[in-house]
Amino acid sequence: MKFVDEYRRSDLAQGLLRRIHQNSTRKARFMEFCGGHTVSILKHGIRQLLPPTIEMLSGPGCPVCVTDNSDLDKAIALAKLPGIILTTFGDMLKVPGSRSSLQEVKADGANVRIVYSTMDALQIARGNPAMSVVFLGIGFETTAPTVAASILQAEQEEIKNYYVLCLHKLCPPVIKALLDSGEVKLSGLICPGHVSAIIGSKPWEFIARDYGLPCVVSGFEPLDVLQGIDMLVAQIESGEAKVEIAYRRGVHPEGNCAALKLVDKVFEACPARWRGIGVVPNSGLKFRREFERFDAELAFEFDPGPTSEAKGCICGDILRGVKTPPECKLFAKVCTPERPIGPCMVSSEGSCAAHFLYGATYE
Amino acid sequence: MCLAIPALIKAIKDKEAEVEIGGITRRASLWLTPEAKVGDYVLLHTGYAINIIDQEEAKETLGLLEEIAKLAEEE
Repeated sequence: MKFVDEYRRSDLAQGLLRRIHQNSTRKARFMEFCGGHTVSILKHGIRQLLPPTIEMLSGPGCPVCVTDNSDLDKAIALAKLPGIILTTFGDMLKVPGSRSSLQEVKADGANVRIVYSTMDALQIARGNPAMSVVFLGIGFETTAPTVAASILQAEQEEIKNYYVLCLHKLCPPVIKALLDSGEVKLSGLICPGHVSAIIGSKPWEFIARDYGLPCVVSGFEPLDVLQGIDMLVAQIESGEAKVEIAYRRGVHPEGNCAALKLVDKVFEACPARWRGIGVVPNSGLKFRREFERFDAELAFEFDPGPTSEAKGCICGDILRGVKTPPECKLFAKVCTPERPIGPCMVSSEGSCAAHFLYGATYE
Repeated sequence: MCLAIPALIKAIKDKEAEVEIGGITRRASLWLTPEAKVGDYVLLHTGYAINIIDQEEAKETLGLLEEIAKLAEEE
């Protein structure tokens, strides 16, 4: 596939690795914020190929994983209401809330349907005018514009039975919260490629400016990740801290203005609760007043019940970069992708799932 | 969840495109990339084209990586 295969060439990977080994003299700890990067790094065995000076750490960049149990319980309670079709991306289905998962309530008769896109959710709304169709709005800046577009399309077509449970989250504020906590010491950051395709590279500049940390926006193929690490090493060795884009074919410094405009039209920033991190100011999205009629939380009455956490699960610590999946007592013993206890084992880009699938051979 | 894959635009009608991904044809929304044209490659995320791939930049990046590989070999 064009724009994929070229970025998997082993001869070019060897060149980048040789250069990283030659250049890296200072100890450095890089966080890859995005779960997509974690998967790429583990799947392609990049950790083992790096010099001992470089340590890679997974960050909280997995929307499924950072969704708090209290929010999952809302989605589950909504799905159980009569007259509702809850539409969701597939990876939310198995995530356990406080008492059950969407998959379990679906087995008990709730009308839960997996969709690939908000376009599919709109189609279900068009085809079922007597039902209320709720889309479970999970995702970062990459996904929020697609939900904003679906809202504007529903408005245009006067689709009256389409709603969104808006749990969208924004990445730069949570990185600030992580850095401010002082829990994790970092030397540099690999910034998320497809979040940046929307927001551009400018929103990361505070990290270089205020925290003195080198940042590189990377793509997701192995060469993209290695190029990102190579650029971070170059900044570390020269004592610089700036934001650079390795993923130039997909990311412009100013982002995607059309997408940003749609998001701004429909949503505004609000505080949001992140699993393991807590409430972070301005890190979520809520509907603007003129679009509130699409807000599932306001449109329906439901009781999500009290929130509780699974005993022994350390997903919160893993998301903050304080612990790694193999340090969890449940990992690969009680908690597996088949029977996940925490969300990081469910999502295909969850740190625990990636370690389970690709890490066993070397750890 | 932020997965996006390159897709080639084959045809456009209103705000919707027919795209090809490694031989498979799908429909894609152009709400987020209204300037996309037939023949463009776009990054496809949950059915929406979230950006147009900059083919010049792609070529330059590969050229740079080839140069790095050549230099690393010589040293």
